[in-house]
Amino acid sequence: MVTIVVGVGATRGWRSTIIGAVSGFGVLAVIVVVLGAALSQIPIGPLRLVVGFLLLVFGLQWFRKGITRVAARGLAGMPGEDPHETAEQWTGPGIDWTAWLLAFKGVLLEGLEVAFIVVSFGAGANNYGVAIIGGASAIVIFLGIGFSIHRSVRRIPRSFLQLIVGTLLTTFGTFWSAEGLGVEWPASDGTIVALLLLNVAAAVTYITLLRRRAPRLREAA
Amino acid sequence: MARLWGWVVGFGRFWYDFIIGDDWTVAAAVLIGLIVTGILNANHVVSWWLMPIVVVVITGVSVQRTSAGR
Repeated sequence: MVTIVVGVGATRGWRSTIIGAVSGFGVLAVIVVVLGAALSQIPIGPLRLVVGFLLLVFGLQWFRKGITRVAARGLAGMPGEDPHETAEQWTGPGIDWTAWLLAFKGVLLEGLEVAFIVVSFGAGANNYGVAIIGGASAIVIFLGIGFSIHRSVRRIPRSFLQLIVGTLLTTFGTFWSAEGLGVEWPASDGTIVALLLLNVAAAVTYITLLRRRAPRLREAA
Repeated sequence: MARLWGWVVGFGRFWYDFIIGDDWTVAAAVLIGLIVTGILNANHVVSWWLMPIVVVVITGVSVQRTSAGR
């Protein structure tokens, strides 16, 4: 949740991203308040599939662009020097719906998963109070982490940041979409780390191969 | 009416850019990969390995095509 919101905010702009995240929390709050303990009856599989698919297809766009641009420019570009720095930034009037949607979905899906855990633990232990405090604390801690690292994230070159966020969106999208279909990952949630390492290895491999064709690549990027 | 039509066109364009982007083959590969994964899973065949492979392969193909085509 935090990685998606911070990454999208730094890449596309903060205003629409924050509005999307707040909207996600708002919808989440309404769902939790209205459904309460009945929340566990919601079929989360289809939601995971749809959100995972959307994150995956959009994440792959940034993943591919990030690979091509980092291959062309390396990690040397600093903010203010990179010609692609503002290429993904929203400059139009009104809401940047891409940033809004990414933040909204990330917050809503992961927030729902936290709510499911809270409901499950609360029902299991017959103590909703402790479970709710635990879930709310987790969200507050992650929000604090996100707020504290967002200035550091802004110092990362845009092309490289696009590759990082694209890798993360691709990883989470792959995991959620398959899980939404009922696939059981070998190491459960731990598989996310393996998928992340696989995607990082793929990115490094493709960047290395592309850099061998640097002259043509500069035009392609 | 024109305003409504403009909104509909804008809405459709947003989703096209979001899902299809600049390479429709990537979205198609993801969709086919998920369909095959679903079919394998429904028939109790281990299928977790398929989507990671689809992602890595289609990324390589698309990046190669982009860099070679310009």
